[in-house]
Amino acid sequence: MSDPAMTTEPAKMPEPTAQKTVELRILRYRPESDEAPSFGSFTIPVTDDMSVLEALQTIKDTLDGTLSFRWSCRMAVCGSCGMMINGEPKLACSTLLRKLPPGPITVEPLNNFPIERDLVISVGDFVKKIESIYPYIIPKEPRTIAEGPYNQTPAQLAAYESYSDCINCMLCYAACPQFGENPDFIGPGAMALLQRYNGDSRDGGQKLRLDTIHGEDGVWSCTAVGICSDVCPKQVNPAHAVNQNKTNSALDFFLRFLKKD
Amino acid sequence: MDHFEADILIVGAGGAGLRAAIAAAEADPSLKIALVSKVLPMRSHTVAAEGGSAGVIQAHDSLDNHFHDTVAGGDWLCEQDVVDFFVGQATPELIQLEHWGVPWSRRPDGAVNVRAFGGMKIERTWFAADRSGFHILHTLFQTSTKYPSIKRFDEYFCLDLIVDDGRVQGATVLSPSTGEFTAIYARAVILATGGAGRVFRQNTNGGIVTGDGMAMAFRHGVPLRDMEFVQYHPTCMPGTGILFTEACRGEGGHLINKDGYRYLQDYGLGPVSPEPRNKAMELGPRDRLSQAFWQEERKGRTFTTAQGESAVYLDMRHLGRAKLMERLPLIFGLAEEFMGLDPVTQPIPVRPAVHYTMGGILTDIHTATPLAGLFAAGECSSVGIHGANRLGSNSLGELTVFGHVAGEQAVKFAKGAAAVQPGKVADQAKASVAKALALRDQKGGGERHAVLRKEMAATMEKGCGIYRLGPEMQATCDKLAELKQRYRDITLEDRSGIWNTDWLSAIELGYQLDVAEAMAHGALERKESRGAHQRLDGFEARDDVKFLAHTLAKYREGAAPEISYGPVKITRLPPGERAYGALGEQLENARKDGTHV
Repeated sequence: MSDPAMTTEPAKMPEPTAQKTVELRILRYRPESDEAPSFGSFTIPVTDDMSVLEALQTIKDTLDGTLSFRWSCRMAVCGSCGMMINGEPKLACSTLLRKLPPGPITVEPLNNFPIERDLVISVGDFVKKIESIYPYIIPKEPRTIAEGPYNQTPAQLAAYESYSDCINCMLCYAACPQFGENPDFIGPGAMALLQRYNGDSRDGGQKLRLDTIHGEDGVWSCTAVGICSDVCPKQVNPAHAVNQNKTNSALDFFLRFLKKD
Repeated sequence: MDHFEADILIVGAGGAGLRAAIAAAEADPSLKIALVSKVLPMRSHTVAAEGGSAGVIQAHDSLDNHFHDTVAGGDWLCEQDVVDFFVGQATPELIQLEHWGVPWSRRPDGAVNVRAFGGMKIERTWFAADRSGFHILHTLFQTSTKYPSIKRFDEYFCLDLIVDDGRVQGATVLSPSTGEFTAIYARAVILATGGAGRVFRQNTNGGIVTGDGMAMAFRHGVPLRDMEFVQYHPTCMPGTGILFTEACRGEGGHLINKDGYRYLQDYGLGPVSPEPRNKAMELGPRDRLSQAFWQEERKGRTFTTAQGESAVYLDMRHLGRAKLMERLPLIFGLAEEFMGLDPVTQPIPVRPAVHYTMGGILTDIHTATPLAGLFAAGECSSVGIHGANRLGSNSLGELTVFGHVAGEQAVKFAKGAAAVQPGKVADQAKASVAKALALRDQKGGGERHAVLRKEMAATMEKGCGIYRLGPEMQATCDKLAELKQRYRDITLEDRSGIWNTDWLSAIELGYQLDVAEAMAHGALERKESRGAHQRLDGFEARDDVKFLAHTLAKYREGAAPEISYGPVKITRLPPGERAYGALGEQLENARKDGTHV
């Protein structure tokens, strides 16, 4: 290091960006040892481009390997990493630290679901709801492979396309006050999926799906709060799906009534 | 320990596993199918595929065209009989997906639309906006719920296969949710566990893409084939590696260096044209584009991002808001949410990242591995369609075409095979459980496995990246051997039973280290350049005399894998020059005239 230019250079270097730190307050629960959930606090170095998921990964890799959470794609499409961030249901991967207000970040498991451990909640009931609505094409006019694809105009596609974008992240269930009160309520996500198939020009299964929306845990449980659509990370608008099904359900009710006469 | 008696066990419920399950259920509804996935099926990494799935549908296209693009794109390391079968089945499978409800993007008249993709001479990529894999996965998952014979094991982690009497007879699995183990017995097993891209540092893959099935088959003596061929996707987010689909370029996006120059014209991909031209410039194949990036970086014509990564720009400003929103809504959102950029007014910084594992578990055209009763499909397998470089939009097709085959073949095998005798193999399942518990509970030397994982990813990137050098590959092989030693002595922080993700990641790291060794040793021994394997140490040319051959890596306990070579099936397209841009067009015209193959 005899070159004087070399010896002075470090003083001119900009501050590394990793000097900034952030505190995360995370709700912890280990069923084998904890009686009840309680908060743990971690402070880690961060950079501007980090997400809450990356912050959790940093904690797990460097401070506490026992922290458990689900994640995979990192790009807001697999639907694994839903959690409450500062009290709102969010995907951890697409919630960037720079967009959160300064101060400690609170991270909790999704509301309205049983906690299995730390940020991991039970997903089984949600999957059963999806399965219950006949989530597949029941062909109006069956077709063989040799007959080629169905014709579906861009307008027909648009009638259901946004409902098909649901990534099953369950944020809408964490936001839904009705689901919070009645865990059997079919809920916004499954109702969006139902509308996805009902609205598809290839499908003829609407009648079969009506029972799901009529029942006491069906659409009429919804009190039209609409927060499900506000928290949806994919703009699926499940509230609109529920409303469409209220119309369908009412119409069906009156048609049955008329037939009885 | 619980046990479950199935006829067919499928490990992995992404595109290939779900397609296999449906095919098996349709082939014989009386057979009991166990479908195991370490995540909910709709979380599987098929979900992240964006651009689309190739299948000939336009009148001016042909199966022969798709065959030719695929074989030349794979630098002649493809099994040509398998490619012929694949291109023939791709379109019927896409139609099947259409019937099941995939919301394929449409033309104004209601017909399925297709888009251009890299290395494809005619537009044949079916797409659902830029969420093609997402829609295929969700449609397959939802459709699979129709079949009562499919018994799903959602969020069950596979520890090992059960092999006895020369054939596979099931697997041992762990439920993180309960901490309980189950032995699942089956007369036929299909592995559909996906790729292994997470062994590299910057990659487009989800955290679950850890080569589990590859490693399990490998440890039971099934060769991994062509593992050194790892695809770099040229347009990914610097730092995280998140993918910007090739469809960005198919729809007309440009790649420019820090000076605003469309640099691909300097690498045999020109001439420049304002509109996208098939098999030229930005629509060249992925290996060539990633290599061009590397060259630009060496010439100092890239720039450095805030994350300290070098990058070029993906420029889509000229496409306009309406087209971006219609064709590339996911990309639009990624740029906005993750990078704070508006792609309508700003070019997006991008760089290559590891994307796809071309090699995998050796199978024949019927997806059968050399181990009786064991089948493999999808990215975990090497059925032979990708060769040395996969063409974009050929892998979603692979999932359905070969998932379908695997399901039917497993049914056929299971019906002809003797029933599993649980009493005879239960000890094996118990041994797998004991091994897993020993790793969890061992005292070890106090080292975290996260440290090893980072070192593995860094050494793979250094030694087995876009360009490779003998000494660097050797250093990577040595480093992997060292990491395997240290792995034996890791200490887990978490010794609990329920949702112990510390434990699961440690087991995954074991899988990854075995797969990484197969890649690195395969690369070191292949003394030529072909497709995604490019050397700069005196082996810059393709060598068809010595290396028109498949690499076979065989597992050796406590030692580096044994590397040998097997023949490549050439049926009708002898090795030729692989060219794109203007030269590619010349050769293509000559081929059509019959003057040149």
